[in-house]
Amino acid sequence: MSDTVTPLGRNGMAARAAQDIPEGWYVNLGIGIPTLIADHVPPDREVVFHSENGILGVGPAPEPHKQNPWLVNASTQRISIRPGGSFVHHADSFAMVRGGHLDLCVLGGFQVAENGDLANWAQSATEVGKQIGGAMDLAVGARQVWVTMEHTTKQGQPRLLRRCSYPLTAPGCVTRVYTNLAVLEVTPRGFGVLDIIPGLAFDELQSRTEATLHRA
Amino acid sequence: MIDKFVRSMAEAMNGIKDGSTVLMAGFGEVGAPHALLDGLIEQGAGNLTIVVNSVGRVHKPGQPVQGVPRLIELGRVRKVITTFIRAGSIAGDAVRDGRMEAEAVPQGTLAERLRAAGAGVPAFFTPTGAGTLVAEGKEVRDYDGRACILERALHGDVALVEAWMADRWGNLTFRDSSRNFNPIMAMAGRLTIVQTHHVCDLGQLPANEIVTPGIFVDRVLHVAAGDPKLPA
Repeated sequence: MSDTVTPLGRNGMAARAAQDIPEGWYVNLGIGIPTLIADHVPPDREVVFHSENGILGVGPAPEPHKQNPWLVNASTQRISIRPGGSFVHHADSFAMVRGGHLDLCVLGGFQVAENGDLANWAQSATEVGKQIGGAMDLAVGARQVWVTMEHTTKQGQPRLLRRCSYPLTAPGCVTRVYTNLAVLEVTPRGFGVLDIIPGLAFDELQSRTEATLHRA
Repeated sequence: MIDKFVRSMAEAMNGIKDGSTVLMAGFGEVGAPHALLDGLIEQGAGNLTIVVNSVGRVHKPGQPVQGVPRLIELGRVRKVITTFIRAGSIAGDAVRDGRMEAEAVPQGTLAERLRAAGAGVPAFFTPTGAGTLVAEGKEVRDYDGRACILERALHGDVALVEAWMADRWGNLTFRDSSRNFNPIMAMAGRLTIVQTHHVCDLGQLPANEIVTPGIFVDRVLHVAAGDPKLPA
């Protein structure tokens, strides 16, 4: 990568994904970078955020003196609820997810394959840590599944692959990927590149990607 | 006269047997019946299967070990059924060392298995988990061109629940996001034990505002537990 190219940071990726969320959508944001997206949706654009622990209409983080210890999101951070928001129990909350009522969920990822397979909960089948949470339900149930993640690992290994090597969250679920270098859509012929950060050439993006890229 | 209030923790925990499946409500600290769990630790039942959303963070040295991790540390838990288990946590170490079994479950599947148990549905098919490690050993069928796996209802011998307000019939309300697993675990428990922040007279809770009707509740203990804490 040439020196003039600056990959997006965590907030940059969140802001880029937020640009593409239209008014009126019901959206679940996963732990990590996706949670930041809410801060980048303009306040005059009505987007309703869902949290797995039974909240529809999540509002911004409250001022320290207005914190409500009874109100947390799926990352157990203290939050607020918007006018029009509602509380439900866990089965109803996941009926929203599994019943196909969410327009979009945005998840973090370890790997995404060109057929839309997502791996985001474990790095091997045998490891003790199993952090599934609501990811499998969201990946299967939401109408659109976007993933925000770094384009490569810290060691420079590609995360956009022909096939995932880690255990799957769900097969064939991802519709779009927002990385620190590009926006890609999953199409029947693989990853289509919708957007690249300024100064980065298509071939340079391809060199950081295992799967074959197509110009969308 | 129906009166589900019990006056002591010993009365609340009476009769919980070794080998029980215990449903533990709450999401993080919010809506978690910590006093009842302390009561269970005191009561002594062992060889338990604990159903809980998450089995705890990685323990920081110097902090007291409480709740489900404490029960695990005491060797009283045979198995956990959970959506979130971390390597290096007390639960993770127990699994690594072969002292405890863990079944990892997608959160929506966990919620639906509890709801199904409460509603008399013995099993159901869902696309969640199909084509993943979660599907291992489960029957697969195609519905509308989509692979689905068979999931069983999940009953508790005991459910431990936290409410905001309760009356003597066991009608319950919940505060804000503390509702989470509480209503569905109350439905899925054969013996549902509630700790409630507030107590009110019968008729004081408006019928429109009762979330869990008393039919799902067996015992209620008044515990003024205070606000949930932020995770340390």
